[in-house]
Amino acid sequence: MGRYTIRRLLQMIPVIIGTTFLIYAMVWALPGDPFAGKCGDRPCPPSYVAEMRAKFNLDDPLPVQYGKYLGNLVQGNFGESFSGRSVLDEITQAFPVTFQLAVLAIIFEIVIGIGAGVLAALRRGKFLDNLVLISTLIVISIPVFVIGYLMQYVFGLKLGWFPPTVGADPTVYELILPAFVLASLSLAYVARLMRGNLTENLRADYVRTATAKGLSRRRVIGRHAVRNSLIPVVTFIGADFGALLGGAIVTEGIFNIRGIGGLLYLSIRTREGATVVGVVTVLVLVFLLVNLLVDILYGAIDPRIRYE
Amino acid sequence: MSDPNASLAAAAPETVEKETYLGADLPPEAGKGGQSRSLWSDAWRELRSSKIFVISAVLIVLFLIMAFFPQVFTFGKDPYTCDLTKSRLPPSSEAWFGYDTNGCDVYTRTIYGAKASILVGVLTTVFCMLVGGFLGTIAGFFGGWTDAILSRITDIFFAIPLLLGGILVLTSFPSGDSTTLFQEVGKVVLALGILGWTAMTRIMRSSVIQVRNADFVVAARALGASNGRIMRKHVVPNSLAPLIVVATISLGGYIGAEATLSFLGLGLQPPVISWGTMINEAQKYIRVSPHMLFFPAIFLSVAVLSFIMLGDAVREALDPKLR
Repeated sequence: MGRYTIRRLLQMIPVIIGTTFLIYAMVWALPGDPFAGKCGDRPCPPSYVAEMRAKFNLDDPLPVQYGKYLGNLVQGNFGESFSGRSVLDEITQAFPVTFQLAVLAIIFEIVIGIGAGVLAALRRGKFLDNLVLISTLIVISIPVFVIGYLMQYVFGLKLGWFPPTVGADPTVYELILPAFVLASLSLAYVARLMRGNLTENLRADYVRTATAKGLSRRRVIGRHAVRNSLIPVVTFIGADFGALLGGAIVTEGIFNIRGIGGLLYLSIRTREGATVVGVVTVLVLVFLLVNLLVDILYGAIDPRIRYE
Repeated sequence: MSDPNASLAAAAPETVEKETYLGADLPPEAGKGGQSRSLWSDAWRELRSSKIFVISAVLIVLFLIMAFFPQVFTFGKDPYTCDLTKSRLPPSSEAWFGYDTNGCDVYTRTIYGAKASILVGVLTTVFCMLVGGFLGTIAGFFGGWTDAILSRITDIFFAIPLLLGGILVLTSFPSGDSTTLFQEVGKVVLALGILGWTAMTRIMRSSVIQVRNADFVVAARALGASNGRIMRKHVVPNSLAPLIVVATISLGGYIGAEATLSFLGLGLQPPVISWGTMINEAQKYIRVSPHMLFFPAIFLSVAVLSFIMLGDAVREALDPKLR
C-alpha cells in the first residue's frame, strides 16, 4: 500500500506539470491577444497590460515564462481578479457552500441511485426495470441547465415548495432543490452501474452457493450480492464527490449560490477573464488530487485489489 | 460504465474467418445460410430490426433536414425578421412556440438553430475521431516508446475536464463583432476538440492492441506488406467498431456541451442562432415567459437523446456477446 501510494504520487508529478503547462499555453501562449476579454467589455487599459506582462513575464522566452508561472502556483498565487482580490481568497470564501451542496448531492446519489439500481436489478425485465432504464436515459440526455430551469420553474415558481433561488447564507432546506439537480446526472449513472453489477453478481457462483446452503433471499442479496456490487459504485461516487467539490458551474449559476461554481459563473458573465483562469486552474488541480486520493483509497475498500 | 472494447474485440475474428475462407478459395460455411456475412452486414441486419435504432435514426434524419434545409419546416418565415410589438407573446395558433424578446418567432428560430448545434456536434466528432483514431492506431500498433510517450500526452489532456478546458479556451478567445457563423463554430469546435480527442485515442489504442497480433496480421506481414498497408487494410478496419460506438454517443455529448458553453455566454454568440444561444437569451425571462426557454430546450434534449440512443443501438448490434 505504502509503495503503491508513493509510486502514484511520483506518477502524478509529470501529469501536474503537463496539465499546468497546457493551461498556461491555452491562456497565455496561444496566438492572439492574451488580454482579450480579461477586463470586462472594454479593452484592458495600457497600465494594466504593462503590469500583467511584467507579472506573467510575457516578454521572456516561453519555458522561462512557464517556470515563473509554476513558481507562482506553488506559492498559492493563482492570480487576481481585475479589481485586485486574490483568487485564492475568493475560492476559500466560496468553499463551505459548495461543500454542503456536494454532500447533499452525494446523499441523493446514494439513496435514490443505489436504491433504484437494486430494485431494477431484482425486477429485471419487468416494468420497474424498464422504468428505471428509460428514465435514466432521459436524465442522461437532458443537459443540466435544462433540468435546473425545469425544476426551478416547477418546484420553485409554480408549486412554491422550495425557494427558487438561494440566499447568501443558505440553510439545508434551501439547498435541497439545487442538490437534487446537481445529483440528477450522476444519480442516473449510479442507478445504471448498480443495476448492471448486481444483475451480473446475482448469476455468480457464490450467490448460488449462499442460496444452496439455505440462507434467506434477503440475506443472500443484502449480505452477498449487493455488497460485492457496491465496489465500482463507491469508486464512481468518490470520483464524483471530487468533481462536485470543484463546484457546479451551471447549477450554482441557476440557483444563484455563492459557491465556487457560482463564482466561476459570475466571472464568466461579467467577463472577468483573469478570475476565470485562476479558478479553473485551482479546480483542475483539485480534480487531479481527488482522483488520486480515490485511486489510493480503492484498495482500502476492496482487499482483492493487489498493488504490485 | 462498461468498457465496450473488451466485448467488441471478440467481433474481430468473425471478419477474419471470412477473409481466410475467401483466401483459401473455400465455399462459405454452410451453417451461415449459404452466404458469408461480415461483422458489418450482421450488424446492419441487427440494426434494421431494432426499434430504438429506427426511432433514433428517423429523429436524426429530421434534425439533419432541419440543419441543411430549414426552409422545409418554416413556411417561408425568416428567423431574423422580427416585430418588436410582438415581444414575448406566448404561443398561439399563429406562432406555435410564441415570440422572444425581440419579437422573433421562436418556432422559426428553433428550426434554424439546429444548424449551428448539429454542425458543432458533427465537426467536433469528426475532428476527435480523426485525431484520436490516428494517434490511437499509431500508439497501439507500434507499442514501446511511441506508445509510452503518446499515452502520457493523452493522460495530460485527459486530466482536464472538458467543460473547464472549453471555458479556458473560449475565455481567452472572445468573439469580435465581425465573426461569421463558420468562425464561431470553428472556435467552439476547437475548444471542445482540444480535450475531446483523448477518449477516442484510448479506445482506438486498446482495440488496435487486441487486433495487432491476430493471425491475419502476421500473415500479411509474412507476405511482405508494409506497416502502412497492414494498418490501412487489416488493423484499422478490424478495430474501428468501438470507435464508431463511442463517436456516436459523444456526438450527443458535444451538442450538449456546445449548448452549455453557449448558455454560459462563452460558446456561440448572437447573431448566430443555436439552441444554446436561445436558451442563454431566454434565461432572464424564465419567470414571465418560460416558453422562450422550453421549446429550444426540448429540441436540444431530443437531439442529444437520439444520438445516445443511436449509439446504444449500434453498440448492441456490434457486440456479438449480446446476441
